[in-house]
Amino acid sequence: MVANVGRLRRHLTPFNIIAGLILAVGLVLTVLRFGFGLGAVTNLDDANPWGLWIGFDILCGVALAAGGFTIATTVHIFRVKRFEAIVRPAVLTGFLGYLFVTVGLLFDLGRPWRVVNPIIGHVGPSSVMFEVGWCVFLYLLVLFLEFSPAALEWLGWKRVRGWAVKLTIVLSVAGMVLSTLHQSSLGSLFLLTPGRLHPLWYSPYVPVFFFVSAIAAGLAMVIFEGWLTHRFFPDKIAHDAASRAHFDSLTLGLGKAAAVVLFAYFGVKVLGVAGDNHWALLASPWGMWFLVELIGFVALPCALFTWGYRNQSVKAVRIAAVLTVLGIVLNRLNVSVIAFGWSAADPYVPSWMEIGTSIAIVTTGVVIFRWIVQRMPILTPHPDYPRH
Amino acid sequence: MTISRRSLLKGAGLTGGASLLLGPSRVASAFTAPAAPDAYGVLVDLSVCEGCHACEEACNEQNGLPKPEAPFDAEAPLGVKRRPGGSTFTVVSTYPDPAHRGEVVNVKTQCMHCLEPTCASACPVGAFTRTPEGAVVYDETICMGCRYCVAACPFGVPHYEFESAFSPRVQKCVLCLSRIREDGLVPACVDACPAEATTFGKRADLIKLARRKLLDPDEGYVDHIYGEREAGGTSWLYISKVPFEALGFPMNLEMQPYINLTKGAVKAVPLVLVLGPAFLMGMNALAKRIEEGEPAPVPVAAHHDAKNGGSGHGR
Repeated sequence: MVANVGRLRRHLTPFNIIAGLILAVGLVLTVLRFGFGLGAVTNLDDANPWGLWIGFDILCGVALAAGGFTIATTVHIFRVKRFEAIVRPAVLTGFLGYLFVTVGLLFDLGRPWRVVNPIIGHVGPSSVMFEVGWCVFLYLLVLFLEFSPAALEWLGWKRVRGWAVKLTIVLSVAGMVLSTLHQSSLGSLFLLTPGRLHPLWYSPYVPVFFFVSAIAAGLAMVIFEGWLTHRFFPDKIAHDAASRAHFDSLTLGLGKAAAVVLFAYFGVKVLGVAGDNHWALLASPWGMWFLVELIGFVALPCALFTWGYRNQSVKAVRIAAVLTVLGIVLNRLNVSVIAFGWSAADPYVPSWMEIGTSIAIVTTGVVIFRWIVQRMPILTPHPDYPRH
Repeated sequence: MTISRRSLLKGAGLTGGASLLLGPSRVASAFTAPAAPDAYGVLVDLSVCEGCHACEEACNEQNGLPKPEAPFDAEAPLGVKRRPGGSTFTVVSTYPDPAHRGEVVNVKTQCMHCLEPTCASACPVGAFTRTPEGAVVYDETICMGCRYCVAACPFGVPHYEFESAFSPRVQKCVLCLSRIREDGLVPACVDACPAEATTFGKRADLIKLARRKLLDPDEGYVDHIYGEREAGGTSWLYISKVPFEALGFPMNLEMQPYINLTKGAVKAVPLVLVLGPAFLMGMNALAKRIEEGEPAPVPVAAHHDAKNGGSGHGR
């Protein structure tokens, strides 16, 4: 009895209490959503058929989970082996990211039990979304297999783990190809809506914007998440000076890559405005909002990454990473919700229940991430399988 | 009555005034190719519509829809664009006539039945099809409810049943396909129109009829057949004596099928699928070679030049 009370008290950490409350509310919202329909919990209507769940849970989720394919490609295909230590956390983030993108999709679909329809022979081959569906489905499988060696080491299934490890290169190639396709295709979805998406965000280059910014998002998330894991899982990492210096050098290296990618992204965004000769629109209120995104959340973090790398400031790189992540969230919400509904008579504002559901889905992902990191060899290698 | 109307449809492909004016005619090609030659359409003359909303009531009954809150003959709020919904697949909005104080123009809205429907291009499961008659129809048995069609329709037509928990559907006008196909009738809204503001017939003939009306300078029509080229062409066509921009019509549309906008992206997919792995495996082999410090093989041409004392350069 005393022992039980002690165990209970040990579990009553602030994190667990807050996460528990969020999940309890999330459970109620889930019942409301599936019991009473989209109309009961969302502010969606015919004029605004897509809202926070598409804009945040799906579009941001996929972009922010891009660290998985970015790092796997860097390490396994381009063989930049010094980043090997961060492959597993990046792949785990990717896997959980896509898993909860799928969960978000199930909340958003009117008839979620038909989510498999595009896979089981109901074909819309001219549809961009058909392709996105297939790619996300296949990439989820790829991420599961890429993540599986860590789980198999934890389970002690040596032979199966051996088979899984043999797939590394194949999986990395598949991951890169599938990600190229669906990251850009999520942007292509909006090629069909020139009359609805504000002309500053609408561009024939929108698939390119989505792909390039996803790489920046992936790198920024890996930096951000490395920072958090080192803060919150101190017992899972080595603390000697050499390990710390190595980790800092990885952060700086990722920052350098992110600076280059953001610079390229800034370039294609400017090309988008130039290509359609939309310079005059920049002076409008929507133009100001566009510049907030482009200057404040693309150019500024790009400069900060560059400054941080040149001055070896890990702190600057981390701040730049947070700015980048916020910028991607802002961009995806602009394209799918805010600038998408710029001409709508009744602008859409998500209901508290939509926001609560999104928070609950993210929280579930964080709780599972924590559960896995505390048990499986993610942040440090398993003693039986040391990295070379 | 039914039989005679059917024979009229078959013989002339037109009803009412259109057939009297034009008689049987061969089909001129529409703006975009995919229009099946026998596809039907409806021409709406906005200068004739009296705003009685009889079409809304007929549509509601034909499709067995729930009754709306406001009675059908209630006046529509002035200058507000109404959107088709779950209780009628067609609605009439009323706009002030900018040129004539106190006068109004009534605008009937329903699915335009595009020749290359954007909804069909968007749908990931192929739930939308365009029939040879020209109707764009929806299969609720495979729809998963992603609502991309609702987001993408350039005319803002499809309605989604957000309030339904277990069987939400996309709802929109289907051109009364069963009436046309099986009963040889015209769509219920066309049938109900007491002012004969709507003319049902072969689309190609309707365009000729519209042109003829537009040509008469005394009539004062705006020189625009709305729907002839919009979004690559639609089955519903409108002519008006008041500019369309004053009547809530979307004026920022592409004059091409919307599927053209995504064709490039969709066609790139198989290329990336085939070339991507080859490129990445090549990069991987290159990276491996650099890592192993293996000297790059001397190019064959350079080898050859060295043997011949570089004489190859002289040629």
